[in-house]
Amino acid sequence: MTMAPVNETVNEAGNETAHETVNEATGGAIRPSAAGLPRLLPLIPGVPEDLRGHLARYGRPPYRGGPGHLIQAVEQAGLTGRGGAAFPVHRKLAIVARARGRKVIVANGAESEPASYKDALLLRAAPNLVLDGLQLAAQAIGASEAYLYLHPGASPEVLRALNQRAAVGLDWLGVTIAEAPPRFLAGQESALVNRLGGGPAVPTFVPPRVTERGLGGAPTLVQNVETLAHLALIARYGPRWFRALGTAREPGSMLATVHTNDISQVVEAEIGAPLRTLVNPEGAQAVLVGGYHGTWLPAGTVSTLTLGNQALSQHGAAVGAGVIAALPADRCGLTEAARVVRYLAAESAGQCGPCLNGLPRMAAALAELAGRGHRRQVRADLERWAGLVSGRGACNHPDGTVRFVRSTLTVFAPEISLHSRGQCSATNHGATSRTPFLPLPAAMPASEEDWI
Amino acid sequence: MADTLRVNPINCTGHGVCAELLPELIALDEWGYPIVDPRPVPPALDLEARRAVAACPALALKLFRAERTADRSA
Repeated sequence: MTMAPVNETVNEAGNETAHETVNEATGGAIRPSAAGLPRLLPLIPGVPEDLRGHLARYGRPPYRGGPGHLIQAVEQAGLTGRGGAAFPVHRKLAIVARARGRKVIVANGAESEPASYKDALLLRAAPNLVLDGLQLAAQAIGASEAYLYLHPGASPEVLRALNQRAAVGLDWLGVTIAEAPPRFLAGQESALVNRLGGGPAVPTFVPPRVTERGLGGAPTLVQNVETLAHLALIARYGPRWFRALGTAREPGSMLATVHTNDISQVVEAEIGAPLRTLVNPEGAQAVLVGGYHGTWLPAGTVSTLTLGNQALSQHGAAVGAGVIAALPADRCGLTEAARVVRYLAAESAGQCGPCLNGLPRMAAALAELAGRGHRRQVRADLERWAGLVSGRGACNHPDGTVRFVRSTLTVFAPEISLHSRGQCSATNHGATSRTPFLPLPAAMPASEEDWI
Repeated sequence: MADTLRVNPINCTGHGVCAELLPELIALDEWGYPIVDPRPVPPALDLEARRAVAACPALALKLFRAERTADRSA
């Protein structure tokens, strides 16, 4: 068993009490079995951990007073960012730690991928673990300001946790809550820094990186909230413990949002676990891996793959922020993809010419392919526009959209042929369901004010 | 160390001056935005490249030191 669905009672730690040891660094709390899942999510699924439960399970955050040790432990643990880019965490920590003067840390909970809600769930279920990670990372880099960036109303639990922690003096640095607008790019690092600075949540040109010049010009560390939760555990139990799960190149566990015909749920899974233990590809037309900047893979391919970038990259895919969606046989992949790309086009910040011009055209072309019968040149147009927008944005929005579009054209090539003859395999399966499968916001953004 | 041309796509408004001054390294896409050769500027075109940078009405075209532009991942 390598996964722990939040709506089932799965707790391997309970079966391995022989390996539990008392950890002095955590003030006497029980050191959990290394192999035990969940690491991050509550032991009793669906029951958020309040501060008392959190302290009983993990103990107090092990402040060390200085930067050196924790950054080294994070490097040895091999922790990578869980927000989608999988960038080595210790490198960002080290860059900001080296800087002098005012420094900023931001816990990024503005999960803006419509198909992902693992950060939202983590913030509600284990807010104290995220806040521990924020504090420990803040101390490790010598931050002078800390922010928690999230969607309004995302987690009453995290606000309560902040108050409780303040009352018992658990925090090293005060935390300011900052609100993220409901836009796809709101969590993009430079967009986040713009928003915190009082501007719209739109990306800026790199360089400079925000780690060099971020909020108000100060070196700024932005880490995803799940990343910080893992960091809080590495600070307590060490890199060896962290590496007891996962693979040598991709250690640890990760949260994933899994969508099937029957259910959408967040699971905490070991990296390297067979994908078929998370989602049954049988009967699925294809599986979307990595979200709306991700990649469609044929169901047959998915049944042979493991969770992690090492395996997925060989098929042009990446785990991203952990979205895995198995498209049921009774839904049209082309229709679903066209809707997603229309959404992505609408979510372009509109700052860069190629993205502004290319994405709406690609969306319209996909909609044509999803219809019955299309003009002969549409596929060639799509391929050309995909090539034209790649690598030409200030952020990776055009590149991510192109990844999604290209894998759509490859995986659903037979479906495109069917549609050109006026058919659709979704209707061939005798299905009556026309309900959209891939989640999108109920209302598409309409105005410039939506950016702030 | 040879420099590399890069366009800041946020600042660029598609005037097209750069492609006119430096067709060897810059072409325009079908919407009028520059497609810049990512390779280091050959010494023979160094002066023309600097001229194109200076002429950009949006101040969007820049020369970057090679090691700087390599630093773009993540």
